[in-house]
Amino acid sequence: MRRYTSLPIALFSLLLRSSTCVFASEQPQQPFEFGAMSASTYSLPPLPYGYDALEPHISAQIMELHHSKHHQTYITNLNAALKTQAEAVHTSDIATQVSVQQGIRFNAGGHINHSLFWQNLCPASSPDAKTSSAPKLFKQIKATWGDEETFRDAFKGALLGIQGSGWGWLVKVEIGKEQRLAIVTTKDQDPVVGKGEIPIFGVDMWEHAYYLQYLNGKAAYVENIWNVINWKTAEERYLGTRADAFKILKASI
Amino acid sequence: MSASLLRTSVVRYALRASAPKPSTRAGLAGTAFVRGKATLPDLPYDYGALEPAISGKIMELHHDKHHQTYVTSLNNFSEQMAEAKQKEDITAQIALQPMINFHGGGHINHSLFWENLAPTSEGGGEPPTGQLAKAINESYGSLDAMKEKFNAALAGIQGSGWAWLVQDTQTGSISIKTYANQDPVVGQFRPLLGIDAWEHAYYLQYQNRKAEYFKAIWEVVNWKAAEKRLK
Repeated sequence: MRRYTSLPIALFSLLLRSSTCVFASEQPQQPFEFGAMSASTYSLPPLPYGYDALEPHISAQIMELHHSKHHQTYITNLNAALKTQAEAVHTSDIATQVSVQQGIRFNAGGHINHSLFWQNLCPASSPDAKTSSAPKLFKQIKATWGDEETFRDAFKGALLGIQGSGWGWLVKVEIGKEQRLAIVTTKDQDPVVGKGEIPIFGVDMWEHAYYLQYLNGKAAYVENIWNVINWKTAEERYLGTRADAFKILKASI
Repeated sequence: MSASLLRTSVVRYALRASAPKPSTRAGLAGTAFVRGKATLPDLPYDYGALEPAISGKIMELHHDKHHQTYVTSLNNFSEQMAEAKQKEDITAQIALQPMINFHGGGHINHSLFWENLAPTSEGGGEPPTGQLAKAINESYGSLDAMKEKFNAALAGIQGSGWAWLVQDTQTGSISIKTYANQDPVVGQFRPLLGIDAWEHAYYLQYQNRKAEYFKAIWEVVNWKAAEKRLK
């Protein structure tokens, strides 16, 4: 713990900042101020728990690197790409606007995915880690997959089938009156932002998410992460709208 | 050794893994096949031989676990492919193709990778000579300029993948290309030198500081192997 003494202060200041942003976000968001050639800049959202809070399932060393280094790098690169984009819009440089898109997709995806991921995890000892915290979601999981074990096996199979870096998500798909659950995998940092798709919870299958602890034994990581899934967050996302799921991102502007 | 021979033999044996004919290509450096089965090639040096650029622990896991898993899975899916062909089940054959590409690619890429690295005591890091040196100078101005471009390509990989110095089989010219996941260098291009940018290749030693890994690995690049692949 001694390494994390500054965390409460950082958390406090970030919380202060995000609460100011809640009021600000009630007004329509302007992504760019063209006159000033500036774009929104994002900042690292604080973890809702300590780096060691997910032990023994995810080590503190992994959590610290993953949050303070990897997630931070996506944000740094996203802000740089958005700045380039804003300048290119201002100068009507359409070639640059197009060329910067892949960088925005990758780094914004990294920011979105990790922001959602931290929130859909919690310490194993928390009541939120119990599936009873997601009664309505579980009703539909059972209606879709039959029972919890079949669902977990399907999810684990999807995670282990990813070739390369990527994520596995439980997603609510709403198209018109149709509403269903689906397990989807995404490559690299592609985010779940499709029309009518609401991410319920995700599992990071990049090697940096588990390698220091599990090495090549990713099946054990995939098994153990079930102990720290935040089912309360999952239930909220399942019952909420797409905007609700992504509100953490507005708070980190 | 010839990279294109290796490629051909992998694809061919992948497609008829159950063929009883013993391999005549078992002697190919880097990759061995026994009765149509891919096997893990021995490393041409000890696990600790590339230190300090790459730690012994990384090398051991990378070779003994990761590469072995690609070999095992390739053989498994090749067997399924042979069955699907026997049954003339086209749907199953198509469904198996990405698995052969991924695991076969993993086997090919790692086999070439081990060979294009060497301990400094065995020539690792010594600059290329002859035709390859000439081609690098002509295309990039200098070896250092080429390395800089190569490292930028490595750093730009979004996710898991590889960067390769390749030769265009049509024009003979060399270039730097990146490949996603375990996509192997096949078709128009011939692999000369590959660097693994998967996190498992460096994470235990370098964590998120991958630029340091990309810088250090040149100390153990076996340019002699790359020279032999150039045609």
